[in-house]
Amino acid sequence: MINVIDRDTPIQVSHLSHHFGPKIALDDVSFELRAGQFSALLGPNGAGKTTLFSILTRLLQPTAGQANLFGYDLARHPGAALANTGVVFQQSTLDLDLSILQNLHYHGSIQGMSSKQIRQRAQLELARFELWERRDERVRNLNGGHRRRVEIARALLHQPALLLLDEASAGLDLESRTSLYRHVRNLCDSDNIAVLWTTHLVEELALDDDALLLANGQLRDRGSLRALTEAWNVQHPAELVLRLTEHRA
Amino acid sequence: MKTIAWWYCFNGILRREVLRFVQQRTRFLSSLIRPMLWLVVFAAGFRAALGIAIIPPYETYITYEVYIVPGLVGIIILFNGMQSSLSMVYDREMGSMRVLLTSPLPRWWLLMCKLVAGAIVSLFQVYAFLAMARLFEVEPPALGYVTALPAILLGALMLGALGLLLASLIKQLENFAGVMNFVVFPLFFLSSALYPLWKMQEANEVLYWVCAINPFTHAIELIRFALYGQLNGYALLITAGTTLILSVAAVLGFDPGRGILKRNTGKPQ
Repeated sequence: MINVIDRDTPIQVSHLSHHFGPKIALDDVSFELRAGQFSALLGPNGAGKTTLFSILTRLLQPTAGQANLFGYDLARHPGAALANTGVVFQQSTLDLDLSILQNLHYHGSIQGMSSKQIRQRAQLELARFELWERRDERVRNLNGGHRRRVEIARALLHQPALLLLDEASAGLDLESRTSLYRHVRNLCDSDNIAVLWTTHLVEELALDDDALLLANGQLRDRGSLRALTEAWNVQHPAELVLRLTEHRA
Repeated sequence: MKTIAWWYCFNGILRREVLRFVQQRTRFLSSLIRPMLWLVVFAAGFRAALGIAIIPPYETYITYEVYIVPGLVGIIILFNGMQSSLSMVYDREMGSMRVLLTSPLPRWWLLMCKLVAGAIVSLFQVYAFLAMARLFEVEPPALGYVTALPAILLGALMLGALGLLLASLIKQLENFAGVMNFVVFPLFFLSSALYPLWKMQEANEVLYWVCAINPFTHAIELIRFALYGQLNGYALLITAGTTLILSVAAVLGFDPGRGILKRNTGKPQ
């Protein structure tokens, strides 16, 4: 694991804003994520989730404000900030013509790992997701659920303390989504990994999960889904996103 | 991060490029068929029409086939540079480019690794072509194959850097067809790949000057001289300088605050 200067605070976002021309995508967003904490970033389409995700993965530079990962400012120390972070994008980013192991090898090497380290870590992570026996299969031959598992195993290869998942369950059937959620949720308990799970599907979360509500680029509220359901006076957590959509309209 | 991590990164990127190249056999074949067609068909037809005078680095009269071989090496590395650019646009659309760019290693290093890996893959294609060209009596001195290696590598780096820059400018895969019409063909035809520049000067002074300032011309001349064990210092200077400028521009193009990433990622859905 890479040295960190603030192990207890994997994410600290302060007054983050971003706009695309006149369109405001993020507006003065501030929040923190603690070590081992699971938080869902909830919001309707266009809420600013992907913009926030792009800033946290340094694909985008914010117009204003600051994003720190483990105490490192992403703008000034991107390498140190990202070294302890695993990322799973909404769109599959696996090389379909390479095998599972070859995909992991490529990822491990761009994280600065040796072949020996990659092999050892890949065996552990793929075994955790019940994919080690299939390591030489081409990714093209896997179904959507298994591809997602490979992506998460790949994101965990360099032993990050923070996992960022952008709509990781999108396009999966209910069974695969539930299984994926359980795997990720277990990571927080077993490995003390902090997880930021971007989604618009509230039903895949548990009532005790922490959630950040984003709409119109603003952070509207934060708390457990149970508490938010009460505070927003809705019958079911799924209605929260509907309320946020109405808010936008 | 330890210095050895930078090496592991390069090693991984090179390994991936080689694996992809090995798996895409049709890409390898098409990269050979294109210059072979020029050498076997085009050169046979034009041999009679285009007499080549004694010009450096050649010490005697040469056949047209001998003349165009360095130009055809140029076309291999040119198309490979564009192929690499195409695959980067594809990677970006498919998202795998994002994974590369979230590595903790510096972005300029990641892009340079990709550039060098692409250039090394080009070498396999070039030497396979040069071996086949021997069947058509294009036989440079044995040592020329060694002295040409750094020249071909530098040429491939220059064109790979051009590909990287284009990849940072092109938003969608569909826009790539324009690259063929506005970049590849002008670069190739307005160069010394198919005809010596003095011939072009006889025909059209303006076109001659366009060819003379085309960096692709200098990459080809660098390879032509190196293939016969000679160094064309001027061509080396232009090719190396162009490689540097294009590489810096490409790295800036992939900066999240400046280039394509600013325009293309994270837009609200």
